[in-house]
Amino acid sequence: MNRFIFPFTLAFTALSILGALLMPQNGLTNLALLISVGLVSLGKIPAPWRSGLLAVLALTLTILLRLNPDDKLAFYGLLGVLVAAFLLPNLSNLVRIALGVAILFIAVPIAGLTNSFLFELGIQIGIFAALALGLNVVVGQAGLLDLGFAAFFAIGAYTWGIFGSPQASAFIDGFPAGGLPGNYLYLFMALAIITAAITGVLIGLPALRLRGDYLAIVTLGLGEVVRVFANNLDKPWNITNGPQGITPVNRPEVGPLTEFLKAIGAERLYGRPIDEPIAYSFFFYLLVLLVIGIVVLVNIRLANSRFGRAWVAIREDEIAAKAMGIPLLPSKLLAFATGAAFSGIMGAVFAAKQTFVSPESFTLQASINILAFVILGGMGSIGGAVVGAAAVTVLNIGILKDFSDLLNTWRQTGVNILGYNMANLPPQLNPAKYERLVFGLILILMMIFRPEGLIPEQRHRAELQEARQEAQEGGGK
Amino acid sequence: MTVADLFAILPQTFLEGLLLGFVYAMVALGYTMVYGVLGLINFAHSEVFMIGAVIGLEVFRFWGNPEAPVISNPFLLLLVALVFAAIGSGIMAVLVERFAYRPLRKRGSKSILVPMITAIGVSFLLQDLTRIYAALRHNEFNMQYRTFDALNTVLELPLQTTIQVKGIIVIVVSILMLIGLTYLVNRTKLGKAIRAVSQDMQTAALMGINPDTIISRTFLVGGSLGGVAGVLFGLLYTNVTPYSGVLPGLKAFTSAVLGGIGNIPGAMVGGLILGQLETLSGTYLPFLTNGNFGTEYKDVFAFLTLVLLLLFRPQGIFGQNVSEKV
Repeated sequence: MNRFIFPFTLAFTALSILGALLMPQNGLTNLALLISVGLVSLGKIPAPWRSGLLAVLALTLTILLRLNPDDKLAFYGLLGVLVAAFLLPNLSNLVRIALGVAILFIAVPIAGLTNSFLFELGIQIGIFAALALGLNVVVGQAGLLDLGFAAFFAIGAYTWGIFGSPQASAFIDGFPAGGLPGNYLYLFMALAIITAAITGVLIGLPALRLRGDYLAIVTLGLGEVVRVFANNLDKPWNITNGPQGITPVNRPEVGPLTEFLKAIGAERLYGRPIDEPIAYSFFFYLLVLLVIGIVVLVNIRLANSRFGRAWVAIREDEIAAKAMGIPLLPSKLLAFATGAAFSGIMGAVFAAKQTFVSPESFTLQASINILAFVILGGMGSIGGAVVGAAAVTVLNIGILKDFSDLLNTWRQTGVNILGYNMANLPPQLNPAKYERLVFGLILILMMIFRPEGLIPEQRHRAELQEARQEAQEGGGK
Repeated sequence: MTVADLFAILPQTFLEGLLLGFVYAMVALGYTMVYGVLGLINFAHSEVFMIGAVIGLEVFRFWGNPEAPVISNPFLLLLVALVFAAIGSGIMAVLVERFAYRPLRKRGSKSILVPMITAIGVSFLLQDLTRIYAALRHNEFNMQYRTFDALNTVLELPLQTTIQVKGIIVIVVSILMLIGLTYLVNRTKLGKAIRAVSQDMQTAALMGINPDTIISRTFLVGGSLGGVAGVLFGLLYTNVTPYSGVLPGLKAFTSAVLGGIGNIPGAMVGGLILGQLETLSGTYLPFLTNGNFGTEYKDVFAFLTLVLLLLFRPQGIFGQNVSEKV
């Protein structure tokens, strides 16, 4: 059986690439390409072939995206190649970096400059990925269940939101009326790290004396406390402007970036001028990539350090870890502070990107969503956190919306499917509105069939397999 | 407002807190029973509660339709609603256990996170299913309970307090349910089995108790209580949405932790305490801080109390201090 996979993958990929180049507008060829990406990544084929095929596929998908920037399937295909390039074993680092740079800095911008939705999607994925990485340190690596994680995101967002907008002048005499100029964002990203980390320590100090479910409920409560304060601190001093939120939050200047794009002839290439919205989309796309890069790097370094090993030890067995001389509370506080810092810096970026901060974005729901990214991706695994965030974001703002549009067209044209006239479908059934339903189903099914997550951490995978074997031996009477 | 005025409204505040406290207590019991048996925070319980409220609402609309009422007596109608909600929510809780939690148990995963995430998934699923139902049937998100004059009649009580008839019903029904549950758990065979399973599932199985059946029945009992609480909640606050369960569920869980999770009298007391804390702080905070920190901070107050209590008594008010097994 295995002997046939390699030739089949080769033939299928060649055919789908050929098909894509001959009929670039056909949806079926896109689907075939997506399947090829899957086959190449997951099938048993020699490593050099894998790298080569991934590169060719990335090139084809980029061409498709250049020809038709609205082609979302091609974009998802590229994301798939990206994930494969970074997570598959046996690829050389050169290949990984080359593919990563080509996709993130050439392919996506080429299409994104005409279809800014792609940037939007990239930015959202990046923001959620940073949150997932932060929570992954706390829950995945240190094993501390935090259900109020959105609080740290809120702290970061408000740190810039208050001072980068007219809001600060409402309670500080003599503060510039329009708030600090946008370029201060870079300074405030650093400050957001500090404020969020301090909040992490402040919340952690009482909460981390508790364990397991108690810790969960207390962090949940304290997370709500932060949100209630954000929601109500418009009196006695107007600090957060209450439920209306803060707007407009200043953004950094994109003049230099626009100049640069003009200098390399981007306008000529795309046949339309580089205006402010598209320049901002591109700018935040780059900024988010930069932040994610830093966060991932710091996270990898920390995970392999003395602290990372201490976290894992605490997660696996707190008492044993204590016996081996690991200081429990400081290690846990460090995990809380690190996780908070990761989401704090992204909070500041988020505030600038939205130009609007309101308590709405930091509900319990948000905290639970972040937790779900981590679980879905695979607890404790850095790649998993990113993939989990990407998968859910693509599903929510990509696939479900497309499916809604498809249903709407069917409804309008009155297509018959399995003898049912789609025109009779009630208008309330709009899949884009029911993301939670899909999300909930995915969570349940994942926990039943693949509790270790999409990209499991090595250690965790081994453990679950052991437990499964034990259960089989015990129950197999 | 003078100090005398503040004291004058105290009895009324206390009464409102009592009503809220009983609703919390009934929901908290569902959390605490499941936690006692499985060690799982059943996040889906808040949706079981909400579904109970929706079932009650449908009974009111279906049999109490103002034009052609099948049951014209509002008290009888309420009784029917309570029974249906108890059955419906109980079955829903059993289904959730059967299809979401049992497969996990069979697989023998030791992580506490896996069942909890499943519970969150179930909770999302039930919320949106209810939302679809509400959209298709009522074409809107908010569902309003029908009101009856007979239930809304205001009665004068001593100490300048007033209570609506439905308030009295809430108190009576909750007390009856709580007594019934205490009897069930302490005096019946099923109760004994539930206690045995919650102490040690394997040993209980060796003694001839089928843990799966008992767990299923625990969910049935907890779910029914949640359903009854849902109808009472709807009756008191009249507006029900697919997300109505989230906040009361959270508070009820907090009550359970406050009382010592896994402990049945603890959950009741915790619910009553939280109800009082919330109404008292909601009423008095604005006066005490000159309106600077208003009613909105009552949740902050409730959660901070919880944090403080847990710091000094990590096992809750009635919880037993279980030492870690090494």
